[in-house]
Amino acid sequence: MIYLDLFLGFLKVGCFAFGGAYGAIPLIRDVVMSYGWLSDEMLTYMIAVSESTPGPIMVNLATYIGSSQAGFPGAVTATLAVVLPSFLIILLVTALLKTALKNKYVQAVLRGLKPCVIGIVLATGIYMVFTNCFGTVTAINVNIQAVIITALLLTSMSGYKCLVKKKLSPVLLIVISAIAGIMVFGV
Amino acid sequence: MNILLDLFLTFAKIGFFTFGGGYAMIAMIENSCVERKQWISHDEMMNVTVIAESTPGPIAINCATFTGYKKAGFAGALAATLGMIIPSFVIIYLISMLLDNFLELTIIANAFKGIKIAVGILILDAAITMIKKMHNKKLPVTIMVCSAIIMLIINIFAWDFSSISLMLIASIVSLTVFILNGAPDQKGGAKK
Repeated sequence: MIYLDLFLGFLKVGCFAFGGAYGAIPLIRDVVMSYGWLSDEMLTYMIAVSESTPGPIMVNLATYIGSSQAGFPGAVTATLAVVLPSFLIILLVTALLKTALKNKYVQAVLRGLKPCVIGIVLATGIYMVFTNCFGTVTAINVNIQAVIITALLLTSMSGYKCLVKKKLSPVLLIVISAIAGIMVFGV
Repeated sequence: MNILLDLFLTFAKIGFFTFGGGYAMIAMIENSCVERKQWISHDEMMNVTVIAESTPGPIAINCATFTGYKKAGFAGALAATLGMIIPSFVIIYLISMLLDNFLELTIIANAFKGIKIAVGILILDAAITMIKKMHNKKLPVTIMVCSAIIMLIINIFAWDFSSISLMLIASIVSLTVFILNGAPDQKGGAKK
């Protein structure tokens, strides 16, 4: 049943989404791919939309995927499921287990979890940038337009950092990439 | 004003006006809940941020649940958390009904082909930022590098191995190393 699948899938995401929004993206990809809910392409588009609209990215993605699979009730199911674990854990920690997180064994587990999440995000980033530019590793197919846009975006990011001494905001980067996409893929 | 309604509306406002999630929201929450409404103290706010880093889920949700609970118990936690979710829920739900039609326009489709490239770069950039903040110790660095390599192989060969299993293995490894080292009595060792 689709509602149960959505609920369990996003409950899993909510339970393991350490390391903020970017830590959750590989998990959401996992779940979405294993159920075959969206194409990789569509999911990537939605990550950009979630980044450019208000609200937590995880919640935005859950709402979209739920709605695309089962309309309004699906959206509600997925959104509640992704939030439920963190809601309950915070209640538990603030109400009952004030010292639970300081427990040395809990800390030991977290010391393993956090670097693992970073590794997973790193691998996801490398894989996405690589496949955008060169296709899959088993069937290399250089996409010159994508390479041009990648170079352009990296230059804008480092240029902005040199000139303004601040990081280019994700929303601005997405706007630049959209304009670049229209120009480069349009010709 | 009724405290539940106040919690709901305040967090709905935060949810509506913060883009990009995560740390951008912490500043907004600090401004509304600590400085203006004085629902929680600055120290409490700092505590939640630390807790949020050690618990799963969106940081904004963690903060909302905590503040709501402090102010008005379980009902408060529920009101604040729902307030946080509803604006983005409504916006994304509307977008989800329109996106497919939009993508049929060539110009929008091309824009999204460009955006797809930006998303990859953003994720890579997020990873690099996290690596820079990491402890430069042997065990975390080894776990990070091994996880990255395994995850890359999984992606390349489209293996059916979830990242959750990988996270569980990393936790077990870390816990085992800790116990084998005689579980030295250190509190909050993972915090900077």
